[in-house]
Amino acid sequence: MASTIRVRAISSGDITEVQALIQHPMDSGYVKDAQGQAIPPHFIQQLTFEYDGKAVLVADWGPAVSKDPYVKFSFKGAKKGDELKVSWVDNTGSSDATTAKIQ
Amino acid sequence: MRVRAFFSSALTALWLAALATATAPFAHAADIPDPAADAKAFRDYFVKKFPKLKLDEFVNGPYSMDEDMRRQWEEKEQFPPYEFALEAGKEMFSTPFKNGKSYADCFANGGIGVRQDYPAFDVKEGKVITLELALNRCREANGEAPYSYVKDEMASLTAYMAFTSRGKPFDIKIPDDPRAREAYQEGKRYFYTRRGQLNFSCATCHVQSPGERIRAEILAPGLGILNAMPIYRSEWSGMGTISRRFTTCNSQIRGVPLEPQSDEYRNLEYYLSYMSNGLPISGPGARP
Amino acid sequence: MSRTTRTIAIAAAAFAAALTPARAASEADFKTAYAAADTAEKEAGALRNQWTTTEAALATARKAAEAGNFDQAVAQAKEAEALARASIFQATSEKEAWKALEIK
Repeated sequence: MASTIRVRAISSGDITEVQALIQHPMDSGYVKDAQGQAIPPHFIQQLTFEYDGKAVLVADWGPAVSKDPYVKFSFKGAKKGDELKVSWVDNTGSSDATTAKIQ
Repeated sequence: MRVRAFFSSALTALWLAALATATAPFAHAADIPDPAADAKAFRDYFVKKFPKLKLDEFVNGPYSMDEDMRRQWEEKEQFPPYEFALEAGKEMFSTPFKNGKSYADCFANGGIGVRQDYPAFDVKEGKVITLELALNRCREANGEAPYSYVKDEMASLTAYMAFTSRGKPFDIKIPDDPRAREAYQEGKRYFYTRRGQLNFSCATCHVQSPGERIRAEILAPGLGILNAMPIYRSEWSGMGTISRRFTTCNSQIRGVPLEPQSDEYRNLEYYLSYMSNGLPISGPGARP
Repeated sequence: MSRTTRTIAIAAAAFAAALTPARAASEADFKTAYAAADTAEKEAGALRNQWTTTEAALATARKAAEAGNFDQAVAQAKEAEALARASIFQATSEKEAWKALEIK
């Protein structure tokens, strides 16, 4: 199955800029369907970006984050050709992970 | 009772006035539409209103109207929110129907790079055919159930077809046929007619107030307004077709929406697309 | 309060009084009022120009009638008829009025 994570990491000097788009419904649990039934909560709880075995960004998410979330951040210390690992876990226990090469 | 009496008498007066002025379409030479002149006037109006904007920029709607929004949009375009719908659309387009045929069999050039030719006037049928309508007719002709015009599948399909036409200028044709000219004129009339309890016409927002705010939104100019369709709207947390936008616009001004792909909407799309002839297809797009 | 405000207040009170029925409404009253509203809304429908607020008022009228609250049902039905007639007025006058907005 195709990954839910699209990630691009570009390094320039000492700074690496990371962008990621994650396919996920991020249902809050408060929205009702056409029949008036609440759509059960289904959202990413933790998103982790790891470089060289260490977490460079950990996001603790909840129902306030919208569907198909987009993240952008920068960190220091990586260089072109290195690997960045991205992974998430949601409230149902589902998860996904991918690795990207820093450009 | 006061309210009723007022409306009854006013209504009667107006009915009489309306009957007195009712004429058949194009009864006078001055009434025959001149679409080319209309399109030039339309374009000139917006170019004059926004002299610093390059013509092609109008297809970016609110992002051409506001610096800060544009910056955010350009960042997001590196990882656009419509990417998933686009991929789904490509897969749907390439998957054959149960009878072995595919969408490619229903369109010129296999359906690739043809979006800018829609809507088109079908002289056999005497009506405007939009891309969404053509896609569903293709499905039905091949034994498949039609898709809802306002849901994800149609949005994904039209997203893919728009993508294959990116950069190509709108090339809407009005054949030398009085029915085509009437469809065009009807679309124009719809665009300028006030409707809904809020008494807005499409022009109220998109001709009189582009670049200005309606609540928290910045209004797009009417020129180029369909070029980015279908769009991923943050407001919808999802992808939406032209049909979805027309129907929701209606209900937002408290007008009961018509059926998707009813004559009025087809003619409206025809008019709006023709007004944007020469401007590039930029879809699929993203909007707030 | 100022003279204008007082005038408006009196007018509003008179208007409200005009809208209040002298006696409690019956189911027959509701049926008459609703039929008139429904006819007007269908006429608006033929003109392809119905308002969502008209539909909402009709629905509220129906619900109130179902609950036996005929005073409210009649009031809502009359509101719906007024809204429907306004939408008819809009559609009719816009047949010519739209030209005033056209870019030339």
